[in-house]
Amino acid sequence: MDNDKLIIGGHEFHSRFILGSGKYSMKLIEAAVRDAGAEIITLAVRRANTKRQESILDFIPEGVTLLPNTSGARDAGEAVRIARLARELGCGDFVKIEIMRDSKYLLPDNQETIRATEILAKEGFVVMPYMYPDLNVARDLVNAGAAAVMPLASPIGSNKGLASKEFIQILIDEIDLPIIVDAGIGRPSQACEAMEMGAAAIMANTALATAGDLPLMAAAFRQAIEAGRKAYLAGLGRVLTRGASASDPLTGFLRD
Amino acid sequence: MVKINGTDCDMDGKTVAEYLALAGYNPKLVAVEKNGDIVPKAQYDTAVLGDGDTVEVVSFVGGG
Repeated sequence: MDNDKLIIGGHEFHSRFILGSGKYSMKLIEAAVRDAGAEIITLAVRRANTKRQESILDFIPEGVTLLPNTSGARDAGEAVRIARLARELGCGDFVKIEIMRDSKYLLPDNQETIRATEILAKEGFVVMPYMYPDLNVARDLVNAGAAAVMPLASPIGSNKGLASKEFIQILIDEIDLPIIVDAGIGRPSQACEAMEMGAAAIMANTALATAGDLPLMAAAFRQAIEAGRKAYLAGLGRVLTRGASASDPLTGFLRD
Repeated sequence: MVKINGTDCDMDGKTVAEYLALAGYNPKLVAVEKNGDIVPKAQYDTAVLGDGDTVEVVSFVGGG
């Protein structure tokens, strides 16, 4: 297990839990990162506010990789613009592409995401596109230079779990990049299940932000993700289509 | 007038550095875009804002 690394764009990580930083107090970030064991945290880029004198960067422990997203982008051009501004903010080359045209379901625009991936990968970004799980789109993202593919489990912020399970499994089976399940994972058991399926990592935000005790839930997710990863590496036992199979010897019974 | 983060501001002739100081921004924590192009931090002292320019000043916030 010590050698089990997550490699994204040539960068090595040991944690398979990518933490969001939205919708909760900046003061909880340090505890969340610590208890999640997270090495990557997502951020958003917004118009600056002179009244906001505290910077979120001051609350993120050193050594944690920053993964700015392009939320708010409605097309590839806007996503590219936000990514460039994020890089100018001095956080490295990672970017999570997020392009949405509707605010009701917040579903990613796969075609625009492919376009943005191609442009940003050429500019040297480590591109992690958030996408609706579709094998053809995932293949296009690979060709466009993505460093990972991030399919949604269910609508963002819904905590509904693996609604798109079958299609994420197809991506895991067919795509030679880390498949990081992003959006909709609400419970540690759902994160564990995705990891058992062979997902490379889990990204979660709302599940923690809306939990009763955020750091405790971060710890629970960490354990679930690690358990699921171990189960995947171990290889799950088979499932019988019908009938039963005794676990005990079928000889030596205490009868004639 | 210069449109900064969506608001018209009387900053014609000011440099980016001057504007950031007047508005109360910490230049280390923001990125600046003028008419769609990023203004590198090294050019804050020389980049001058003019009538009709559109400027965005952004920073990191919490997000997923």
